[in-house]
Amino acid sequence: LLICYRKPKTKRAKRFLEKREPKLNENTKNAMLIKGGNANLTVTEVLKDIYAVKKPFAVLYKRKNITRPFEDQTSLEFFSKKSDCSLFLFGSHNKKRPNNLIIGRMFDYHVLDMIELGVEKFVSLKDIKNSKCPEGTKPMLIFAGDVFDVNEEYRRLKSLLIDFFRGPTVPSIRLAGLEYVLHFTAVDGKIYMRSYKVLLKKSGCKIPRIELEEMGPSLDLVMRRTHLASDDLYKLSLKQPKGLKPKKKKNISHDVFGTTYGRIHMQKQDLSKLQTRKMKGLKKRPAEKSAEDGGVTPKKSKSA
Amino acid sequence: MAAVRVEAVLAAAEEQEAEKRRSVTVEKELELEYDLGNLLAVDRNPPPAAALRGAGPRREALLQALARDNTQLLVSRLWELPAERAGGAGGPLVAQLPEPTFRLPREKPPPKPRPPTRWEQFARLKGIRRKKTSLVWDEQAKEWRRRWGYRRAGGDPSRAWLAEVPAGADPEEDQFARLRREKRERVARNELNRLRNLARAHRAGSAVPAAPLHPTGHQDRDELRRVARVARVSTASLGRFQPRLPKEPAEPPSRSGGKKRRFEPLLGNLAAERSRQLELLRDMGSKKPVLDVTRAVNKQLRQEEAEAAAANKGKKQSKRGKRGRRQQRPGRSGKKSGARRQPQQQKPAGGGTGG
Repeated sequence: LLICYRKPKTKRAKRFLEKREPKLNENTKNAMLIKGGNANLTVTEVLKDIYAVKKPFAVLYKRKNITRPFEDQTSLEFFSKKSDCSLFLFGSHNKKRPNNLIIGRMFDYHVLDMIELGVEKFVSLKDIKNSKCPEGTKPMLIFAGDVFDVNEEYRRLKSLLIDFFRGPTVPSIRLAGLEYVLHFTAVDGKIYMRSYKVLLKKSGCKIPRIELEEMGPSLDLVMRRTHLASDDLYKLSLKQPKGLKPKKKKNISHDVFGTTYGRIHMQKQDLSKLQTRKMKGLKKRPAEKSAEDGGVTPKKSKSA
Repeated sequence: MAAVRVEAVLAAAEEQEAEKRRSVTVEKELELEYDLGNLLAVDRNPPPAAALRGAGPRREALLQALARDNTQLLVSRLWELPAERAGGAGGPLVAQLPEPTFRLPREKPPPKPRPPTRWEQFARLKGIRRKKTSLVWDEQAKEWRRRWGYRRAGGDPSRAWLAEVPAGADPEEDQFARLRREKRERVARNELNRLRNLARAHRAGSAVPAAPLHPTGHQDRDELRRVARVARVSTASLGRFQPRLPKEPAEPPSRSGGKKRRFEPLLGNLAAERSRQLELLRDMGSKKPVLDVTRAVNKQLRQEEAEAAAANKGKKQSKRGKRGRRQQRPGRSGKKSGARRQPQQQKPAGGGTGG
């Protein structure tokens, strides 16, 4: 509130504030990648790789920050406010929780959900000597495994991962540019995250045949602690403002077979004033007339 | 013979088609769920757990095969979307993505419309609309310039080297100082009004809190105090026996003295009681409906004001007209104040009869 008492004095400051205020259609979520007080090489490499995947919608903090997100969230919230990031990935390492990653998101600069994941195996971008896809490609996301729907924590994790890796929302996409796919498999209490480069090969028909080439970072994750938002706070964050709902067109309905029906509302017609004259279709034809008159044709046929 | 040949040809063609399709079809037990707006596919089939348990390249190969199948299905769906060639015939093939269906939480709460300022309320009531253009024709510069701001129409006012002494002013007065002082006063007054509008908006916003009874971390001290008081008072004994913190100030004596209903003393104002009872009898006995004078007068005033606003909509709002209307007020305000004086007498009567 103290902020809005001071009006911005330059147009640049005004644009800066307008970018950060709540809007009907929101900006793409930014992610901040933070190292903890005792981050080791693995965790640092993970953060660097995720940063490469999420550029330009991510900030990588170089210095170590000695905080414990599960105990105290104020410093995370402070960073989120300063850099206008609503997603975060915090990496740390200690004997009890080796190669720890805390992935989380914010609502209104307060922590909404946080899930702690342990990295069991990590293969970095530079370890796999294949060609990479360009920076900023929108990835295709695939989740395999029924656990992602059954377990509540896994469901939130799925939502978090989609939020994290989604990228900007676009109205149309170049079909040849679908190069990157992130595949998450949940099996046996472990989550395997693999990234592949998509090669579109010629097949006989219009749809190309897919061949995959392992490319990017691959992680074997195991779920540790979670800090999920309460149901009503989560529902509050899901609420969309009314202006975003598409306007329903009235008097149009569709049936099961795809036929579109329309309704037209007519005013009451005065049937006595209905136009029945001068309508060619209603004119009596000679055949009808002759049937009426009993075979006597009034017209004389002209003889040549 | 020909018929057999044709059949054979057709069968061969069908087989060829199927062969082609085979390379892009994938068999799955359960269909995947797609959200094409997010380029998302969800596979509900349980993955082969036993096969994936063993570590090593076999697991990688299995994961890659699974990924390939799923990606193939997703890409087939994407290729079925309506596509067109962007940028002419030779451009890339671009598909129109539908809206994303997977519900994700927002980053920030949806924006609240700000309440209208004091001027905006007045303008709406009077029907005043903004009709001044922001560009004015400047004769000297022979072009359209702004009405205010950077490079305004009349030149920079701070560099004005000539200041006319107005007709009734003191000849010894410093006109430049007067202009500077008036500008400073105007700026200060505008700033004060802006802050007042902000404070009003903030108060209006917090007076209707949506779900503030749980802590949001955003509340200031006054809001928290209000919420704490609401919580304390919502007991059966209206908060009289709620424990307080050691340094918390004691509750100020409430108007009703802690009681839920309020009764007038039995033996008190005899004249007031008499008048109250007589009025009640009169209202009950009269055949005609009771006219509430204050409400009628206020309704009439509102109607007249709305009519005036509708009549003046689009017409020029001359200062004389405003002043003229202002002069009419004293005559009317007599009626208004007379009408408004009555409720103060009626209220305790109503309370008495109610109690």
